[in-house]
Amino acid sequence: MTELLKTEHLEKRYANHLALDDVSISVPEGQIFGLLGPNGAGKTTLIRMINQITAPDKGSIYFKGGKMTSDDVYNIGYLPEERGLYKKMKVGEQALYLAQLKGLSKNDALQSLKKWFKKFEIQNWWDRKVEELSKGMAQKVQFIITILHDPELLIFDEPFSGFDPINVNLLKNEILDLKRRGRTIIFSTHNMGSVEELCDHIALINKSRKVLDGQIDEVRRKYGDNIYELGFKGELDKLNGILTDSYEIVSEEQSDSMNLVKIKILKEEKPNYLLSLLISQVEVLHFNEIIPSMNDIFIKVVGDTNMVMNDNK
Amino acid sequence: MNKILLVIKREFLTRVKKKSFIVMTILGPVFLAGFMLAPMLIMQIRDTEEKEMLVADQTGLFADRLHSTDLVKYTAVQFVPADSLKNRLLNGKSYALLYIEGKPNEEPVKVTIYSEKQLSVDIQGSTRRQLENVIEKKRLMGYNIENIDEILASLKVNINVATVRWDKDGGERESHTGALMGAAYVASFAIYMFIFMFGSMVMRGVIEEKSNRIVEVIISSIKPFQLMLGKILGIAMVGLLQFAIWILLTLGIVMAVGSMIAGDMQQVAAEQIEAVQQASGGLSSMLNTNSLSAMLSGIPFTSILISFLFYFLGGYLLYAALFAAIGSAVENEADTQQLVIPVTIPIIVGLFIMMHSFQYPDSSLSFWASMIPFTSPMVMMARVPFGVPMWELALSIAILFATFILLTWFTAKIYRVGILMYGKKPSLKEMMKWVSYKN
Repeated sequence: MTELLKTEHLEKRYANHLALDDVSISVPEGQIFGLLGPNGAGKTTLIRMINQITAPDKGSIYFKGGKMTSDDVYNIGYLPEERGLYKKMKVGEQALYLAQLKGLSKNDALQSLKKWFKKFEIQNWWDRKVEELSKGMAQKVQFIITILHDPELLIFDEPFSGFDPINVNLLKNEILDLKRRGRTIIFSTHNMGSVEELCDHIALINKSRKVLDGQIDEVRRKYGDNIYELGFKGELDKLNGILTDSYEIVSEEQSDSMNLVKIKILKEEKPNYLLSLLISQVEVLHFNEIIPSMNDIFIKVVGDTNMVMNDNK
Repeated sequence: MNKILLVIKREFLTRVKKKSFIVMTILGPVFLAGFMLAPMLIMQIRDTEEKEMLVADQTGLFADRLHSTDLVKYTAVQFVPADSLKNRLLNGKSYALLYIEGKPNEEPVKVTIYSEKQLSVDIQGSTRRQLENVIEKKRLMGYNIENIDEILASLKVNINVATVRWDKDGGERESHTGALMGAAYVASFAIYMFIFMFGSMVMRGVIEEKSNRIVEVIISSIKPFQLMLGKILGIAMVGLLQFAIWILLTLGIVMAVGSMIAGDMQQVAAEQIEAVQQASGGLSSMLNTNSLSAMLSGIPFTSILISFLFYFLGGYLLYAALFAAIGSAVENEADTQQLVIPVTIPIIVGLFIMMHSFQYPDSSLSFWASMIPFTSPMVMMARVPFGVPMWELALSIAILFATFILLTWFTAKIYRVGILMYGKKPSLKEMMKWVSYKN
């Protein structure tokens, strides 16, 4: 898989504060890349560097194989977290202006805008001033402006804030559609639910450093605690006989139809072996690995790194 | 470059299309013309109704020597105690009663004017002067000088002083201090207004982009410096357009209305000249019709116009960059007050020095203030009409534009950091730190 964007050892210092420290990420082409991290971790600084708004003190950024230049910004669509539009300007006029700044000709911009306004069914907003629109409506316009020049890389910083659930869905479908059309997307959010739903890759930044990255499934499996859930029929006590010190029952739940237990494998035992033990004693209904949610991983990793850093101090 | 043009176009069009711009552009000259014409008009509005003043003269010296004017007509009445004339005054149409007490044929002991309404200053003054004249004349007569009338007439003089300036190379031209001061005042005041009005328009524009949260979207397409420069130049064009329309419209209105009033005035003036000439026995008044055009041709128009354009733009550009930097640091206009003071003080100081320079265009204060770029647009403009050596003008303009370039580079660094800073309002000290931030 080729990478569209790569950063190497990025560092940025503001006065006495280190905003980015040796951050290297690699964004594969045609995938959705989640950029995660608590507030103030340095995500926005990184995103602004990719957009050529700020320059790194050290390190370099590569785009499509070559060193990134200022002309590459025409190939990026950026929806910043701090976003808005000229309140006193008409929607259409404004969209045209911003599209032309991204390098589209007036005619191309006009045609493309007409198409998108029709798709989102907002043609009658063209001559309205932005201040007359609701926040959600303005966000829709903003989204269209971001993707209008059909860039290869899209960067969405908290794209769903301010949208109602219906529009969130609409937006998610558009993002997935962009991916289907081969576009690459960097997606920054605190909403871990949508990360699981959309992202292929993630990188987690905490305290100016990258603390975790990789394919999302691998990451989640890696942070699994080796806990398996077992649904079965039979006596709960029977389990105690077969489970040696290699296993620990984390939780148990009884109901009329079946019993549920979560078993943690403590030593280097294979789950297959555990299953074979279980099958001989009880009637297994289901047996599956518990994969931690991104939310749990986020909290665990951020908490751990903070602790390590505090210890170092 | 192309991108800067787009920004300039947007900044220009959105402002020019605003209703408030159109209204201001049209109403501005009406107010301005009104300002210039009002004194002329007010002079025209006079109480033209002829008023009757009763004259009760115990001395007998004045009754037939008071000349009725446009304003007041003197009517002699028999001298009786004032009380008995009171009813006649209050019930009749007469305006006032001039009551002169004293012995017959001697100077009056007491002069009183009774009236129901407040006596106008005009009438009071002209009556007093007439009384004084009569008495002066009577006293002069008392000296028994022969041909006293002719002597008096030949004493009246009216001198008009012409001022002439000699150049070093021997040329000579009439100078017209009044007209020069007028031109200097208008030019430097226009620069002062332009800097203030459109400098703060730049500041508001920057704040608008920041508080609307659109700025990050824009600078992901263009460099912050391009956005700042485009905004400053776009607003400069708005200002130039507005000033051009203002000047043309104001001139148009003043000329149209002025010629109507001037027609009347000339008539009045002609009558006055006639009267003066009669009174002074044909002594030449030295008033010639060419004096106005001579006055205008005495002003070095081209040098004024060219330096006006340079200082007008240079002054604006210099301050607009500063205003933009301030706008970038705050999120709403209320927060600008403290930060804006260091910028507005030099402008206001410039205005004060400009006032001084009208009086003393060649003082050392005037010289230095017209070299310092922060005051030079206003101060030098006040000096140019009086004639400034070429090297001074060139040096001052060179300093102004060099400072503009340096300052823009400097403020762009503040601007670049400021537009992305949200939250707490920075102090001037912190803003200075931003300059050292790397890109």
